[in-house]
Amino acid sequence: MTKDECKQAVLAIIADIAPDEDLGHVKPDVRLRDQLQLDSMDFLDIVMELRKRHGIEVPEKDYLQLASLDSCANYLTPKFNELAGKS
Amino acid sequence: MKSSRIVITGVGLTAPNGNSLSEFRANLLAGVAGIERMEIRYMGPQLAGVCHFDPLKYQKKKEVRVGTRAGSIAIHCAREALADSGVDFAALPKDRVGIYIGCTEHGNVETENEIFNISKFAYDTKFWSHYHNPRTVANNPAGETSLNLGITGPAYTIGAACAAGNMGLIHATQMLRLGEVDFALCGGISESIHTFGIFAGFKSQNALATHADPHKASRPFDLARNGIVISEGGGLYTLERLDNALARGAKIYGEIAGYHVNSDASDYVLPNPVRQAECIRAAIARAGLTPPDIHIVNTHATATPLGDIQECEAIRAVFGEGCPDTFINNTKSYIGHCMGAAGALELAGNLPSFADLVVHPTINVDNLDPQCALPGLVLNQPRQVAKVDTILNNSFGMLGINSTLIVRRFVP
Repeated sequence: MTKDECKQAVLAIIADIAPDEDLGHVKPDVRLRDQLQLDSMDFLDIVMELRKRHGIEVPEKDYLQLASLDSCANYLTPKFNELAGKS
Repeated sequence: MKSSRIVITGVGLTAPNGNSLSEFRANLLAGVAGIERMEIRYMGPQLAGVCHFDPLKYQKKKEVRVGTRAGSIAIHCAREALADSGVDFAALPKDRVGIYIGCTEHGNVETENEIFNISKFAYDTKFWSHYHNPRTVANNPAGETSLNLGITGPAYTIGAACAAGNMGLIHATQMLRLGEVDFALCGGISESIHTFGIFAGFKSQNALATHADPHKASRPFDLARNGIVISEGGGLYTLERLDNALARGAKIYGEIAGYHVNSDASDYVLPNPVRQAECIRAAIARAGLTPPDIHIVNTHATATPLGDIQECEAIRAVFGEGCPDTFINNTKSYIGHCMGAAGALELAGNLPSFADLVVHPTINVDNLDPQCALPGLVLNQPRQVAKVDTILNNSFGMLGINSTLIVRRFVP
């Protein structure tokens, strides 16, 4: 998985948990919470959906890694690829 | 103690056969029921009363996703009631508004959904939603309404089984009289059709209705009645003290005349006609009336073989043969049993009688059970009557809770 594909996977999750938001102009280097109506429960949703859809665990100490699309891609892409390597 | 006269100034509802009072009433007079087959988890198709309002009329998609069906029903009804009341909501001090919503139960739907969700993950509880607790707390429907409307006054639910719809109105009346709030949103709601447990429970109790024609399935007082049709719905009212309502020139649907609540203390599920009769009598007395002064009695009857007979026994004991102006009907024959919303919706369906002097009938009575043959029972066709000055609404529930609410025509 590339970092762009990882960002698309994260955006697909956000599209479901924040269905009123326009995701067409999300800036990858800006904190998601600064450009979308997302609260702490929504971030727990992102964590839950990564677990459900992709089998990826994000420990609480790493939640800050999900701040922006870029940081999500940096943090999650190796995890996606590690899981792909195992399967 | 503030002005003791409390009036109804707005109605918002969703019923299986209508999403506004005018649509609901028109269908009650036209004999249009609203029962359909619905797929119920683990059980297959079951008869149910389903509401078809658009949740996105008043909620964002995210609110619908995060919240509950009960919350959506409550918000829809509250917003409709506020609009109907004509109140300047923006100018209303939000800390002086109370939300009092009756519920039969709350949390079963959401808990069943989560158990079903984790069943797909080998019952690993790390997949259990973090929304479970805010969705299942008993105040959820009232809390979601306060969030949606920005109301900062007291907002909570009243658990009273199937007496809950009346209880919302009764509690709001008390709070307005105490001066706790100046404006109340109150009534009852139910999301019960979304829990398989209530269907399975009634089926195990041999109390779930069956019929080839869904619209004929809910048949109180008919000899062939065979149980309850479970429905969802909501009925919320705006209640105000009379002086406030008059000061703003509000339209007034009727005045709360009297009420009573008591308990059978005799059985978990079987009704007790002696206590029901006591409840009805006490409400009439509190209203300063006598039984012949009551013009419409809207029954609770749910179409269980025994329950209908027992309520008829209670009504016969109170009204007997000496009430020629008293007419009796039942709204569940159209919409099934809307549980926590039942009392509130059934009252709403009758309120227009103050204006049109028509009593909506009980439909689906092909062969009247002789044990339910009450004088004044209005069957299958609406009846134009000479006078409707009072409506008495019965709502009874499991564990023996009884409630009677009387609304009178508003006369300044």
